[in-house]
Amino acid sequence: MRFEEEALEHADQVYQVARHMAGSREDAEELVQDTYARAFRSWRSFEPGTNMRAWLMRILTNLNIDRGRKKQRRPVEQPLEESAYSLYDRLEQAGGRSGEDEEKLIGRLSQSAIVEALADLPHDFRDVLVLVDLGDFSYQETAQILAIPVGTVMSRLHRARRLLRQSLAATVTEGNA
Amino acid sequence: MTEAPHRACEELLELYLDGELGEGEVRGAEEHLDACGYCRRNYRFERLFRAYMRQAVSEPIPPELSSKLAALRSSAV
Repeated sequence: MRFEEEALEHADQVYQVARHMAGSREDAEELVQDTYARAFRSWRSFEPGTNMRAWLMRILTNLNIDRGRKKQRRPVEQPLEESAYSLYDRLEQAGGRSGEDEEKLIGRLSQSAIVEALADLPHDFRDVLVLVDLGDFSYQETAQILAIPVGTVMSRLHRARRLLRQSLAATVTEGNA
Repeated sequence: MTEAPHRACEELLELYLDGELGEGEVRGAEEHLDACGYCRRNYRFERLFRAYMRQAVSEPIPPELSSKLAALRSSAV
């Protein structure tokens, strides 16, 4: 398969990642176009047989950082709880009923609350979460894409997930108040 | 408090769900899940939640963008 065709096969996933790294739909579209323009120009730097999807994401994240994230939403600073954190427990407590099945509990989270909670994460945390949870990259691949140590990927991911779950639990609790 | 012992479980479960544990560690995690109802429920919940989140935030690529990318390819030839 030709290089360009193979690269275009990943466009949907590249867009998913861009959509949540960049602040708006317009920014995401621009970022994806810039990513492909650069990829098509620098195809010689791609080593055949290596992970093209990861290579594209590396271009994308570099471009996103170059853009200075100026137009992006400011992250909301939230304190992180120290103890063990279970969204399952929080939702169960918020509902006042125990033993409710997992699907029903999850169904209380609205789609827009999830989109908002993800957008409100600090950039560095969100980038890691998007690559692992939405992009299906391993810790090692994510570390290479973002040029950070694997340990940093793990700690940011853990923090990102906790923050996301904390703010989602808050939406349900507020809704019940 | 029943929370304290589960802090370590939370981290183990996270690595397990991410597929980042070695073979021996996977066995350890599975043995723990068999034995601990609390962690098992959390595990089931987390697995469902991840799928739910992915669905909630996914947005198909706009068709105009796909066309623009295809045009970039032609101009790159």
